[in-house]
Formats: sequence, C-alpha cells, structure tokens
Amino acid sequence: MAKKKAVKSKGVAVARKKDSLGTINALADNVVNQISKADFPSVEMPSRTTDNIFFDEKLKQYVLGKKVIRRTARNVKHLKPLTQLVWADYIGSLLLKENKTSTLRDVFYMAEGEDLAFEDQPESDRIITELESVIKHPREDFNIFPEERSSMFGDLDIEYTVKGYEGRKLNFTMSPDGMVIGPAVATSEFVDTSADKVIVIEKGAMFTRFVEEQAWKRYNALLIHTAGQAPRATRSLIRRLNVELKLPVYLFADADPWGLHICQVIISGSANAAHIPELVTPSAKWAGVYATDIVKYNLPSTKLNEQDIKRLQEIRKDPRYQGKPWPMEIQKFFEIKRKAEQEAFSRYGLSFIVDKYLKTRLEELES
Amino acid sequence: MFVSDNGTGVPPEHVPQAFGQVLFGSKYVLRQMRGTFGLGGKMAYLYGQITTNTPLRVVTSTGSKAYEFSLMIDIQKNRPKVLERRLLKKQKKWRGTLIEFAIEGDYYRAMPKIIDYLGQTAMVAPYANITFIDLDGRLVRYTRATNTMPKSPKETLPHPLGIDVENLQRIIEVSDAKNMLRFLRKSFHRVGDATARQFLSTTKLDPRRDPKKLSHEETVELARALRNYDGFLPPDASCLSPLGEDLLKAGILKELKPEFVTVESRKPSAYSGHPFIVEVGVAYGGGIPAGSISLYRFANRIPLLYDESSDVSWKAVNQLMNWKRYNVDPAVAPLAIVVHICSTKIPYKTVGKEFVADRPEIEREILNAMRDVGRRLSGFLSRRLSFEREKRRFDVFEKYLPKMAKYAASTIGLKTAPNIKPLLVKASALSSEVIEGGEEKGSEIEGSGGS
Repeated sequence: MAKKKAVKSKGVAVARKKDSLGTINALADNVVNQISKADFPSVEMPSRTTDNIFFDEKLKQYVLGKKVIRRTARNVKHLKPLTQLVWADYIGSLLLKENKTSTLRDVFYMAEGEDLAFEDQPESDRIITELESVIKHPREDFNIFPEERSSMFGDLDIEYTVKGYEGRKLNFTMSPDGMVIGPAVATSEFVDTSADKVIVIEKGAMFTRFVEEQAWKRYNALLIHTAGQAPRATRSLIRRLNVELKLPVYLFADADPWGLHICQVIISGSANAAHIPELVTPSAKWAGVYATDIVKYNLPSTKLNEQDIKRLQEIRKDPRYQGKPWPMEIQKFFEIKRKAEQEAFSRYGLSFIVDKYLKTRLEELES
Repeated sequence: MFVSDNGTGVPPEHVPQAFGQVLFGSKYVLRQMRGTFGLGGKMAYLYGQITTNTPLRVVTSTGSKAYEFSLMIDIQKNRPKVLERRLLKKQKKWRGTLIEFAIEGDYYRAMPKIIDYLGQTAMVAPYANITFIDLDGRLVRYTRATNTMPKSPKETLPHPLGIDVENLQRIIEVSDAKNMLRFLRKSFHRVGDATARQFLSTTKLDPRRDPKKLSHEETVELARALRNYDGFLPPDASCLSPLGEDLLKAGILKELKPEFVTVESRKPSAYSGHPFIVEVGVAYGGGIPAGSISLYRFANRIPLLYDESSDVSWKAVNQLMNWKRYNVDPAVAPLAIVVHICSTKIPYKTVGKEFVADRPEIEREILNAMRDVGRRLSGFLSRRLSFEREKRRFDVFEKYLPKMAKYAASTIGLKTAPNIKPLLVKASALSSEVIEGGEEKGSEIEGSGGS
C-alpha cells in the first residue's frame, strides 16, 4: 500500500522532553535560589483535592481550579515530602539527560537508597503526581512509564528516540501480534502512515480478530489494544495520533459500565489526572458495543449484577456522560438490565463483527 | 572494727563514761542529736565484748594532748572498767577520736546494708569524706562535695507539751528551783513568768509549792496538765539542724547523679511540743534506676534502712501522692525521693527506730513538701519534653535541608550545593522560640555532680 500521508510531526516527542526538562530545571533553580537567599524553599502547586477539580464543559475533561497549595521547608511536616519532591525532580532530570526510563515501582525503591524512604507505594506515587502537577507534564514526559502495556498494529512508521535506538525506524505491521506500546514507542517520533483512523479495542482476543480479518487494511486503520483501562502512555499516544496525525479515533469495548468507562477515560480523562492536560482525546468516538446493539443484534447477554447497576447509576450522574449518545444508551441498560461482551458477535460467525458490525458502525459515525 | 574521725574529740575525764557506761548522757536539755540515749556505739561494743571478751581501745584528743584508753564494761554494775590509760606523744596536729574493738558477726550477710548505710550517710552528709576498708581490703570511698556544714543546733529546754512523767521526774530532780513558778520558767522551753502563772492558775498547784515535794499523784497530774494546756507558745526551731536546700541538693547530686534534682526545706512545725522540720528532695533520671520510686529516708541525718513500707514517707510516696498529676508514671519513672525529718524527738513507731509514725502534722508537712518538689519536677519534665520535641524538629531540618540543596543543585548541574547553614540557624531560632521559659527554683538540666 502506498503511503498517502507525509507526516509532519517529527520533532514533537523531542520537543516535549525538552520542555519537560526545562520545567524540571526551573523547579530546581527556584529551590537553589531560595536556599542561597536563606529563605526556606517553597514550591507551589495546584490543589488536587475534590473541591478543586472541575469538569470543563468546553474541553470536555476534568481540570484543576485556581486553588494553590504551597509546600514550604519552614513547616517541619512539609520537609520530607518537599525533599522527596525535589529528589523526584532530580530523578526526572537524570532520566531525561541519560535517556533512560523507569517505573513508579523503581522510584519507590530508589528513594530507600537515598534515606528518603516512602511509607508505601501510594505515597511514592503521590510525590510523582505532585511533580507532574508542578511541572505540568505527565510522568511519561520525564521517562517514568507504567508497568501495564498496551499494543498497536497497523501501517505506521516511527523513529525511536531512546538511547541506543536513536534514528532507528519501525513499521507497526511487522508482527501480527501487534507491537507493545512501551516507553520506546511512547517517546518515538511519527514518521509516516497510510492509516486514516485509529480503532481502539478493549480486549486482546478481539484485537487479534481485527488483525486476522484484515480490518486494519479494509478500514485503513491503526489498531490499538488497551488491555482493559488504557495506561496513560497509551492515552497520550492516542492523543498524539489524533492531534499530530489528525486521525479520528473510534473506541470499541464491552457493553457494560466498565467498557463504557474505558472509552470515556480516553475521551475526557479522569479526575485523578486532572492536573495533566494532554492525556485526553475529546474528539474520540465511542463505537460500541452499545446497549441498543444488544437488542438490535439480539446478542447473547448476561444479567447486570448489583455492582454493574451501582456503577451505571454513578456514571449516569457523571458530567462526562451527559452528551450524545451516552444518556440514551445508559437508559437502555437500565431498561434491558443486561450486558454483552465484544465476543458476543461470534454467534454470527467470526467475521461478522468486522464485515458487518464495524462497517455499519463506522458509516454511522462518519456520516 | 576500727573507726576514726577528725571530730572535736572527747575530754579524757569523760572517756570512761562516754564509752564504758550504757545510758550515759544528759537529757535535761534538748537538741537534735543523732542518738537519743547515747546507746548505739556502746551497744556495738557491748556486743563485741560479749562475743569476743576483748577490750575497747579508745584514742582521743581535743587538740592539745592525746590519750589512749583500754577499757571494758562491767555489765553487772553498768560501770566502765579502765584497764589502761596513757598519755600519747603526739606527732602531728591531730584532733579526733579513734576506737577499735573486736566483734563477731557475719560480714558477708551484712555487707549490702553496711554499704547502703554508708552511701546514704554520704548523701545526707555531703560535707564528709567517708572511707571504708572492709575485711577483704576493698576500699569504698565517698568524697565530700562541699566544705559547707549545716548550722549546729542550739541546746534548748524541753517544751512542756512534749513532757511525760518520767521526763518530769528527772527534770524536777536536777532543778534547783524552790517554787513551782520558778521551776516552770527555768526548766521549760518558751515558758515565761506570765505563761507559767496562767498555766498554774488552771491547776490546783500553788505557785509557791516546792516542786521536789510534789506527791507522785501530783507529778502525774502535772505532766498531764502540761501536755494538755493550750496556752504555751509553740517551740522554736533553733534547736534543730536541718541540712538546708543547698546541702541536700549537693548530697543527692553527688550520690545519685540524677539528671534533675530539686529540694524543699519546709518551715519549722511542731507536734506535741516537739519542733520538727521536713526536707524533701526529688531526683529524676541520670543514674537513678527506672522501675519503681526509690525512697531514701533520713531521721536527724541517720539513714533508715529497714521496714520502709511502714514509714510515713512510704505512705506519702506510694499512697497519698498522685504522681500522674505530675507527669510521672511511678511504675516506670527513674525517680528517687529523699525525705529528711529532723526533730528533737523523732516519732519512731518502735524501739528499733527504723520507721517514723504517721503523725498527722508530720505527714502533712511531708506531703506539702513532696507536692512542691513534684510541681517543679512536672515543670522540668514538660520543659524537657518540649525541648526533646524541638530537638527532634531541628533534626528534621538538619536531615532534609542538605539533601534538598544537594538534589536541586545536581538537577541544574551545579558542582556545589548552596550553603544551608544560614537556613539551619533560622530553623533553630524557630525551634528555640517554643522552648524558652523561665527557670524554676531548684531545677537543673544537667547534674553537675556538685564538686
């Protein structure tokens, strides 16, 4: 297949890192200056408490309000967390300068070596989150990546920026299993693609089906397997594909409240990540499986359990679920009180989902 | 046993009675004395004589000449038997008394109490050097911590409220007064002409009666009347010799080496015509073992070693004081309490003279003194607590500021971290604001050992 698009996104990943390092240095510089003036160092950051998290109707995502908290070395209770924050900042600079990647788990253990031990993993994660909110970059921008890995398949050429692989290229059709979206991919530059859309799939079996049925070729799509809730590196990559390559994004998950939420978090983010603006893809479209599909296609289904109902009640009130087609579909769930998996389409044969269902749905959404 | 001191010495003419006759001593005048009847030393020798039948050797000098005596006690007659008396050629200026005699006993069983006794004596007599060499040649030495001595007690007449029939008969015997009025004025403490007349007017006795001619019944009646009359002036305390706050504190610091000590000398008080003064010290931490409160009891500067739990001080410490109110957990606190009672008559419960009765007047004084020192201890403990809290606070600054400076400097590629000393000075100023507070009386953060 001829490459249709000459991509102009080169240098974006490098620029992000450069900007990230700049803000990391600014934090350290500020601390050094304050100490030199014999002032107790202090760092300001937006408050991440619930009373400062708002849903921005325009952006269709959670954002932080104006409330600012201040960590100061004058307060003995702040000293350790502030030192840990400055240390995490230093670790971030090190990772970027040495072009190495790390994980939250690593950070937890590295702190012990510095006699800055965290009580537990959540405490260490919290400091990294604080650093994100101070320097206004997700941790992936200073090379701290999640353990969970999604994968991708499709005609996309990337160029690595990680150490030892600088300049090396990869096409994502190389393995029929898909290629893992790890730190190296997340930090790569997009070179070229013939795809004109991105299809995000919750489950591994369905992802493999889409590859086997040549869905990527027939629909000219990049396929991404989230493996459940999409890790932040994956959400960030989806956004980049959408923003840098102008590819529309379609989201495909089980017909239950959990599947809905996997899609919603990709679209409008989570309250937990309200301090990071560039993790969302507001234009991404939920492509199914809808509650109405269960009826329309007479899909094999199971009864909603108590937890499902409770979760549905929660998301019905959630501001992120107020626009089309969410309220109607949620209402339908309450009516039929049933849920279905993506695999349920197999009752019509293995190719049905790609041949018929996907075709119809994409036509509906593109029109 | 060989004992020597550098005291005033004994005039040679008194030596036979002083060392060879039980119950020798004048009790017609009163003052605070270690013993009461002059019994202790002689009982020790008497026991030696009974068990070994060897004489007592006494060498004494009041400053000029020195004499050596060898004597025994005629137990039947209670008379001294002087075996030898000679004038010694003095080599140096020496004054004092030295005695030596043999005694049979189980030293190894008695040793712990002997050491306790000497150590506690050293506590209550911080102006004394005490050297003890035991049977095995072990040397135990208590060094003086001060050259100041407490003021000597003045002799005083007995107070009428403290008189019993026996006393009264002896006083009448030695009095040269020819009538009751004069007898009362000359023989009793704080009784003048007016008081004597007023007192006699409440009795059937004629002020002109010759006291030596009172019948036995009249003597008994007089003793009772004296004890029950409420018009006498209270006794004054010039006959007492309390240790004083400075000496008591020096003694406690020297022997217990506590972290904190405070003492309280109460004003003189009286029970039944007997003046007394209570002195209480409390010592905390340092060399004091934790676990339970150590109680040191003294009566007229004599350590009381036995029957602790029958003593009024034990009752005050363990039953009357609510230590929790003073920030002290008596079960774990490294706490020592020192109680010194001095009086012309210590109200011992038994003839063994090992524990003091819980006379309400004495109990009240002990308790008041204990509450005073308890409050000061409580103040010290809460100051120390806040001091420790501030120390821990400052430690946090000391630990984290250098790290913060180092990481921030490394991040932006600086070779050396910014100087955090000025910030640490600021941090310590933040800390000391909290612990500043007035020094209270008697408080010491560090035990100096009182050299």
